Amino acid sequence: MAEMDTSGGGKHKKGPGVKKGKKLSTRVDLTPMVDLGFLLITFFIFTTTMSQPTAMRLFLPKDVDKPEEQNKVKSSAVLTILLGKNDVIYYYEGDDPTKVQTSNYKAIRDIVIDKKKRTDPKDFVVVLKPTQDASYKNTVNILDEMTIDAVKRYAMVDISPVEYGIIQATERANGVK
Amino acid sequence: MPKVKLPRKSTAIDMTAMCDVAFLLLSFFILAAKFKPPDNLAVQTPSSVSTKIAPEKDVVMITIDKEGKVYFSVSDANKSQKVEIIDAVNTAKNLGLSAEEKARFSNNPTSYIGTPFSQLKSYLSKDPDQLKGVALGGIPVRDTLNNELIDWMRAAAGAFQGGRMNIIVKGDDASKYPSFQGVINAFKKNDLMKFQIVTNPVAVPKGTELFKINEATGTKGATD
Repeated sequence: MAEMDTSGGGKHKKGPGVKKGKKLSTRVDLTPMVDLGFLLITFFIFTTTMSQPTAMRLFLPKDVDKPEEQNKVKSSAVLTILLGKNDVIYYYEGDDPTKVQTSNYKAIRDIVIDKKKRTDPKDFVVVLKPTQDASYKNTVNILDEMTIDAVKRYAMVDISPVEYGIIQATERANGVK
Repeated sequence: MPKVKLPRKSTAIDMTAMCDVAFLLLSFFILAAKFKPPDNLAVQTPSSVSTKIAPEKDVVMITIDKEGKVYFSVSDANKSQKVEIIDAVNTAKNLGLSAEEKARFSNNPTSYIGTPFSQLKSYLSKDPDQLKGVALGGIPVRDTLNNELIDWMRAAAGAFQGGRMNIIVKGDDASKYPSFQGVINAFKKNDLMKFQIVTNPVAVPKGTELFKINEATGTKGATD
């Protein structure tokens, strides 16, 4: 390691009262640097395997136009969830969209579980209808919610103009921009 | 008293060697860490409880950025399929792409398509450096009559025929549903019913149904 030699740079007359220059050591202790080095190593060792993105599987049902081939669902066992803007959820049970209620992504779990409890597991279906104002995050979150709540049958379909009209009316009534 | 004093030896250890080894190891791990190719498309993906790792090979990736623009790319390991795809699209749409322009798509491992067919030739005729910072318009998908992704997916399905094609959708949190809907329509029109959505992993919330199922079966996340 580098070391400076500061010892005695030539003899000079020592006057009375002049102190001899103190010999300073220039050896640097490298222990902290080695510590940091190892810290960085362990960081990289751990992070190289952690950043793998995961994938969520999605299976789409075939679009059938003939009504007799479409899956028959009991309307009383259906929970329809409509995704609106600003992370707002509207939902209604059964067939009647006018009885739509408002919720959000935190409360929707209780609503789904509650409906699931009241319904025959054979018939329970959740229909997801995102609107054009819903974000991709909303869509993935609600799909994830289906997995978290172990909903066996669910479908993502396009929203009808009637339902969209109802949502817009509700938004106007609630003052949602 | 004895005249010979014990010679005093220094107890300071020379740390140079250890320091060298430490930095050598550090450099090794930094270089060995697989960094994702600087994503020309910055996407903030949503999170999900799924634990399936996103596939890396035989992948056709549809990226949706935060403005809802759609981009199409294929994993680097599938160069021959990329060649087939660009050829198929060239013949189907009569784009008149030169061999060099086609090679720009198939040879470049991080290449992606983000323009409508009308602008494809000019896009591929430029070098990647010339395209840095240029905002692309994305593949049109929202119009049901002009969903160009249908053609891209048809070409991809043809190129991957016989083998396995993993379709993954990497969407940004902030993008709106119509783009995603257009992408799904493109898949449906080509009869591609199975695809995967890239998400960030999160733990299953405690007390939920899935949590209870996982406890009972001893699995860690959603394994559907």
